[in-house]
Amino acid sequence: MALTDQTRTQAREIIARYPVPRSALLPMLHLVQAEEGYVSPAGIAFCAEELELTKAQVAAVATFYTMYKRRPVGDYLVSVCTNTMCGVLGGNRTFEALSERLGVGHDQTTEDGRITLEHAECLAACDYAPVLTVNYEFFDQMDPDAALDVVKQLQDGGRPQPSRGARLSTFREIEMLLAGFPEANADVLADGPAGAPTLAGARLAEDRGVSVPGFDPSTPINPAKASAPAGPLKAGSTEPEAGTRTLTPPPAVDVPKKEA
Amino acid sequence: MSNALTPVLTKRWLSPDAWQLDTYERLDGYTALRKALAAEPDELIQLVKDSGLRGRGGAGFPTGLKWSFIPQGDGKPHYLVVNADEGEPGTCKDVPLMMADPHSLIEGIIIASYAIRANFAAIYIRGEVVHAIRRVQHAVREAYAAGYLGKDILGSGFDLDIVVHAGAGAYICGEETALLDSLEGYRGQPRLKPPFPATHGLYSSPTVVNNVETIASVPYIVLGGADWWKSMGTEKSPGPKLYSISGRVNNPGQYECSLGTTLRQLLDLAGGMTDGHELKFWTPGGSSTPMLTADHLDIPLDFEGAAAAGSMLGTTAVMVFSHQDDPVYAAYRFTEFYAHESCGKCTPCREGNYWMVRTLRRILSGAGTPADLTTLLDTCDNIFGRSFCALGDGATSSIVSSVKYFKQDYLDYIEGRTPPVFSPEAHELVGAH
Repeated sequence: MALTDQTRTQAREIIARYPVPRSALLPMLHLVQAEEGYVSPAGIAFCAEELELTKAQVAAVATFYTMYKRRPVGDYLVSVCTNTMCGVLGGNRTFEALSERLGVGHDQTTEDGRITLEHAECLAACDYAPVLTVNYEFFDQMDPDAALDVVKQLQDGGRPQPSRGARLSTFREIEMLLAGFPEANADVLADGPAGAPTLAGARLAEDRGVSVPGFDPSTPINPAKASAPAGPLKAGSTEPEAGTRTLTPPPAVDVPKKEA
Repeated sequence: MSNALTPVLTKRWLSPDAWQLDTYERLDGYTALRKALAAEPDELIQLVKDSGLRGRGGAGFPTGLKWSFIPQGDGKPHYLVVNADEGEPGTCKDVPLMMADPHSLIEGIIIASYAIRANFAAIYIRGEVVHAIRRVQHAVREAYAAGYLGKDILGSGFDLDIVVHAGAGAYICGEETALLDSLEGYRGQPRLKPPFPATHGLYSSPTVVNNVETIASVPYIVLGGADWWKSMGTEKSPGPKLYSISGRVNNPGQYECSLGTTLRQLLDLAGGMTDGHELKFWTPGGSSTPMLTADHLDIPLDFEGAAAAGSMLGTTAVMVFSHQDDPVYAAYRFTEFYAHESCGKCTPCREGNYWMVRTLRRILSGAGTPADLTTLLDTCDNIFGRSFCALGDGATSSIVSSVKYFKQDYLDYIEGRTPPVFSPEAHELVGAH
């Protein structure tokens, strides 16, 4: 693939989202990766041209961020968390096992160009530790054997189902999502139910019949006004829909001045 | 001890389709918005002040006060930026929230934007959590389609646009000014403060930067009121809080409890320590908060209690390690993280972390000397308080606290009683560039 007129149209869509064009640079670099598989020299020139920056300015940004790759990434980017919690619970051994199986080290891609391996810093899923991601979709509680199985499926052309994320897409497809363009198939949104750790506290509270008492959704926002006689709804405000609990409309009086 | 649980933000998570608008609405979604739009913006700021809500991203700054710092009638655009760049090691609360209940975040954003008179809001989500990004993007689209976003929201005359902005892998962008630089399309490096974002934030305009959990709390405060909110938690740290328990416990996960809950209570909720594991060290709120020990089981985990124990509440990311885990290795690995994530802007953090990694590696290779401990603490002294932003301060936490509580573990490596973690070749690299 290459940067086409369509890419240019998409870049301009991104730019239009922001009050200031340069804010579009990060999503545009994701867009470049969606087309090129990495931040290519052509991609840097493309961003520079669209945003009226120098190539050096764009490259300075692109090289700052871990997710912008300087070499082509395979169809699948396998990221093994080896930060403290995941590492201690088995992530270090998992990384070594995958490295041996794939014959590549950190930030390297297999000879057939299909799988890139990296060790990742904390992926914000410590309650599911140890975790790995494939194209940033979570595979939770992975020991080395389970991780090897995931990678074997990838090598065999399969698409293993992540634990909580959506069904696997390719790296480039995911980069398009990161650029802010939704996937064609909306079904993926429903993939990946919340796992037991996410729901642990909520479920426990439900099992024990715990709730927080005293919750009254009609509590006035301004208690000082609540005792005042109710006036008409101020212009433009909305009546609660039928079926929802009645909310107390505020009386139309002067707004108190801000304190500070 | 079930009274510690306070299911508020997590209650909707049990409905598997709560990420969809129709389910969210059935579960009282967007009723807080209707109620808020019928109030004056300043009344909402006062309400949030009265609730005592404090920022859930780690620093605990009073949210209502932050909102009130936005100058009004200044003729400049105002912005709300949601910090969803969750990445502090141990922290894992905002991502599940955005996956399970993204509309609560959107509803909170609309209310907060209305209060501070912002017509543009950005959600800066770390790029590595694509399913959360997918769900939040979808929620924003649904909210536009239903008239909760865009022009003249619900006939109120209030306009708001939200953009979902994916980051690209940089922990430093969780620092609010680095986040703003990143959102403006630059390298994510922190800015000198003052001026603060309240007057010179995004595009040099007044900006509120709030954490996901903070903003998602707002609809509940609007509905239930300040007094109800303060019925949970402690006097100075009111409300419920998502405690994220990970590590050597039977049931790791998210436990929403009253602020001030103790580790003893949390361990009880999480089914106790894993068999064969005894508590050795833990963090109350992520890797930037100094480690505590089994002596601290009963300290109240609120902003004041954690500080009184010599640590910080941080993000209430409770990482639990046992006697089978090594505090020296943990400190090393945390430090390696900070060295990787240091943005390089200031010398103490950039160089200090580089050298601390190498010193710790030498100790773990069995080639350390007693002087290495002095060097480590001396380096920490030169990072803490001398760095540009809090990343540098946070980097020293695990080293200072582990040397304080577990000096013997360091000496066991140095004096050869503990077998080295790394091969002798590893330490030969020490000092090599």
